Amino acid sequence: MRLDKTEISLGLIALACVLFGFVSPGWLIFLLTIALAKALVVQGVVMQMRSGLVSFGQGLFYCIGGYTVGMGGQFFGIHDAIAALSLGMFVAIVVAMLLGLLLTRYREIFFAMLSLAFSMILFGILVKSQELGSTDGFNVHDWTLFGWAPEAGAGSQHTVFTMTVVSGLIVAVLIHRYTKAGIGVICEAVRENEVRVEYLGLSPRWLLYGNYVAAAAVSALGGGLTALATGHVDPEMAYWTTSGEFVFIALLGGLGHVAAPFIAAIVFSFVRTYAIEFVPHTWQMILGFTLLAVIIFLPKGLWSLVSREKTGERA
Amino acid sequence: MTCILETRSLNKEFGAVIAAKDLNVQINKGEVVGVIGSNGAGKTTFINMVTGYLKPTRGEILFNGKSIMGHSPRAITRAGMARSFQVAQLFPEMTVLDNLIVALAAAESARPSFLSPLRSDARIARAEEILKEFGVENYRNSLVTAVPQGARKLVDIAMALIGNPQMLLLDEPTSGVSVDEKTDLMDTVMNAVRQHGVTVLFVEHDMDVVERYVSRVLAFYSGEIIADGEPAAVLADQQVRDLVTGHRPTTKQGNGAS
Repeated sequence: MRLDKTEISLGLIALACVLFGFVSPGWLIFLLTIALAKALVVQGVVMQMRSGLVSFGQGLFYCIGGYTVGMGGQFFGIHDAIAALSLGMFVAIVVAMLLGLLLTRYREIFFAMLSLAFSMILFGILVKSQELGSTDGFNVHDWTLFGWAPEAGAGSQHTVFTMTVVSGLIVAVLIHRYTKAGIGVICEAVRENEVRVEYLGLSPRWLLYGNYVAAAAVSALGGGLTALATGHVDPEMAYWTTSGEFVFIALLGGLGHVAAPFIAAIVFSFVRTYAIEFVPHTWQMILGFTLLAVIIFLPKGLWSLVSREKTGERA
Repeated sequence: MTCILETRSLNKEFGAVIAAKDLNVQINKGEVVGVIGSNGAGKTTFINMVTGYLKPTRGEILFNGKSIMGHSPRAITRAGMARSFQVAQLFPEMTVLDNLIVALAAAESARPSFLSPLRSDARIARAEEILKEFGVENYRNSLVTAVPQGARKLVDIAMALIGNPQMLLLDEPTSGVSVDEKTDLMDTVMNAVRQHGVTVLFVEHDMDVVERYVSRVLAFYSGEIIADGEPAAVLADQQVRDLVTGHRPTTKQGNGAS
């Protein structure tokens, strides 16, 4: 498999992140783990944005990934992290294959609201499920990695951070290839002119369907990793504000590059953490101003800072 | 001659408005047919019904002897009938080259690859050949929004031809193109069409273009076909002159340009 410049750069950055994990404090490791796991969910949002669809319900697959990991350990004796994460992705794919049949018939605000509706239906079901802890959720069982049990605390935190970085790298390389591959480019073509795609003999609906299912799998992986990192799942994962946060991060980063969601998720996590620290009652306002500034000054997201630098364009 | 497209009592009603009334048309393989008529005569409605964009209210459409009624535009395209549009339908945020590459990939397979690159060397080389064939190689790396209308029309038609259709329907290929460019554009299109051996039906308002390139004319008026035949005969028809073309001076007849 030949790697291009972007893929080699992503690999080097991932390696640097793993090494950084050995010397950085626990709070920072945790913050970065959550940020990178959320970035995977955002990758799913961005994949759909490239095809012209905005999902306000990506929390659905984030929650499915998280709850499948939690329930796997709690009820089905699945303690291996990789098996649990894979199962979460599988469940998300099955759900997306069913919902996608309906959702891909819709466009624009109708798609956005329907995706949100399904996410809120899951939220409602989980809130009413006493066996799953209702609004409190439940804790994720101790997990292993190929039979090896990381020690609780720092050991576990560092392991899940490394897993998240490696997962992020694999997903980033795959999405990088996907965006340059037939389906990736033609999904963008669907956004630009669906009529022409149809008259080229392709089905825009099935292209969007494939994209929707792939995006669901990626987002579920992010949810599963978050569950492993926090050791807890609750219905808030499917709540509309969580899905809104993913759209926020997607806009913050822009659609310009596969690395953009990772950068945006890290920036978002830091802004939110420090906003809560210094202005605990008005931190949402800080986030609001941040998004406003990005939309006004960087309409193509934070990545446009990098692409401007590359092309020598002045702000 | 073998019939490639046939419509039987094709009707389209939009509420009380009758856009197409009992259209009975037979197009034979290899013909170049011009469709004329004033605005609202039903020309584009006819093309839209035949290519699956509009569902007829009644009637039958046969392509190569098989019914294509109710088929989707993509199914009709895959069956071998392609079309271009009055306003060129392209991908505005892509370059001219990438527009052609997308069309090439679509022609190769209805299921695009998840991981192999779209911009393969083979596709780039083929797209460059097409750019030259249509005389738009200077716009290779331009966004389609930045190229002149005539070039956009050519790219649109090139994309329709990439799937090697048996029949091509062109909806006003010269609309929005300057008078000077019309002949060049049509010469380029007709040369490409001849090389591909494609049956052509095109809607056109410019009677000089119609006379120059078609072997047969269908004249539409108020959703009906009022004349069908050789260009000289149809354009000289009193009813066509009264209702469609006006009393224009007749010009020399010719079938196809150089």
